[in-house]
Amino acid sequence: MNQRTVVVVSAGLSQPSSTRLLADQLSAAAVSAAAARHIDLKVQIIELRDLAHDIANNLLTGFPPAALKEATDAVAAADALIAVTPIFTASYSGLFKSFVDVLDKDTLAGKPVLIAATAGTARHSLALEHALRPLFAYLHAVVLPTAVFAATDDFGADSADGTLRSRITRASEELARELERRDPVTVLDPFALTTNFEDLLKTM
Amino acid sequence: MQFGIFSVSDVTPDPTTGRAPTEAERIKAMVAIARKAEEVGLDVFATGEHHNPPFVMSSPTTYLGYLAAQTSTLQLSTATTLITTNDPVKIAEDYALLQHLADGRVDLMMGRGNTGPVYPWFGQDIRTGIELAVENYALLRRLWREDVVDWEGKFRTPLQGFTATPRPLDGVPPFVWHGSIRSPQIAEQAAYYGDGFFHNHIFWPKEHTQRMVEFYRRRFEHYGHGSADQAIVGLGGQVFMRKNSQDAVREFRPYFDNAPVYGHGPSLEDFTRETPLTVGSPQQVIDRTLGFRDYVGDYQRQLFLLDHAGLPLKTVLEQLDLLGGEVVPVLRKEFAALKPAHVPDAPTHESLVAAKKVSA
Repeated sequence: MNQRTVVVVSAGLSQPSSTRLLADQLSAAAVSAAAARHIDLKVQIIELRDLAHDIANNLLTGFPPAALKEATDAVAAADALIAVTPIFTASYSGLFKSFVDVLDKDTLAGKPVLIAATAGTARHSLALEHALRPLFAYLHAVVLPTAVFAATDDFGADSADGTLRSRITRASEELARELERRDPVTVLDPFALTTNFEDLLKTM
Repeated sequence: MQFGIFSVSDVTPDPTTGRAPTEAERIKAMVAIARKAEEVGLDVFATGEHHNPPFVMSSPTTYLGYLAAQTSTLQLSTATTLITTNDPVKIAEDYALLQHLADGRVDLMMGRGNTGPVYPWFGQDIRTGIELAVENYALLRRLWREDVVDWEGKFRTPLQGFTATPRPLDGVPPFVWHGSIRSPQIAEQAAYYGDGFFHNHIFWPKEHTQRMVEFYRRRFEHYGHGSADQAIVGLGGQVFMRKNSQDAVREFRPYFDNAPVYGHGPSLEDFTRETPLTVGSPQQVIDRTLGFRDYVGDYQRQLFLLDHAGLPLKTVLEQLDLLGGEVVPVLRKEFAALKPAHVPDAPTHESLVAAKKVSA
């Protein structure tokens, strides 16, 4: 089995949260889909609620407190990201966006990202396409074709193998396929110098 | 080891009274603070350079030239001199003249400046900050070391048969430090030339400082200037002291909570834990400062930030009494006892003149 890691970012605020519920369903499905391709997928979940103060402090001071640093390092080191946000006022939540804002600009470049969202009604579903997808495209992430939206209705008793389930399965398959065809992620050391000074001088 | 203070020259309202000093008051306060630094036995005073409010220090050599006349032992320095947006010709001339007036009590710290809008005011672009620092400094070195310079580069009008005047005092340019928080290219630049490297070591976790200094030391050795532990390292630091640590915390908290850089963010306690800021008794400052050596090795210069965030002049002068009276004498003794003989002191004009005679 090949080893890979996926970080799941959940921006739900209530406890229990339907956003976390969707995040858990996605990560379980991703583990199964990966296993079918002989990938042992390790899941690390990040609850942004626990980091809300740290995220605000990072915006103000320019550096992440220890717990947030651990989270952003985990995202950087992950082979893929599952990003799940509640839809607030027609878009991702402010907390979700602020977390993305404190990531180093190249953190997500080339990284497969499964985008997902929850909301009270299905009328918010396209927020995934016109808010989350361009956000991650801007960061040069590889956003999976299938975005998973779950409204309150989708968590109803008759949905065990309904359309939400099929979207989760399809997105997880896409994620596993991306994992399979990529080498494991290596994190670049931000303090590493890639040229020596004579070369820097020569460019003048 | 050299001890001193550095100032960012901010005009900030005192959050406990709501009153901001006038520019005139702040500028004269910076003179009083530097004079006091010499009086209490500190070695170095370094000023920032800024070209935007709420800062007053746009013309460091005007200020340092005045200080040169007001002091007799204090080493006059900068933190930092903008190597990106200043013309290197003007830096070469301004600081050579200052050297003569100050009888050699001058060194500089090069920095890029992190305020984007400042660059275009001087015809530059922050996105080329590293290239500007590399090219401008390469020219500055030649202007100080060669009497007649022919030069052409990317950023400045070419020079033909140019002589920067006056020539450096005794033919020895001021010692140069390079300051950077997290750009390895700048640590590399300092290492390449065998110059000093300064990490501001305030506002950020110590891991940044540790990684940058480690890198600089390794590259200093690589370029053949000596062993890694002989590289010339300076650190910043930020302290607020009272006899009783609880009094220090109580008095400093409103200044911390409203400070321009980190105010309205983390708590004083969080920030003290996560960055080198120390708020407490002189003994706590001594203990914390001695601990810096554990992650950067034996180093040559320690500068403290004391006068910012609207602290009144009277308070800053009291801080200097504590720093010079109780903290620095202990630090001098302790650091000196720990430092191996082969680790050099920070270069001064005298030591550079002596070294030049030896090599001549």
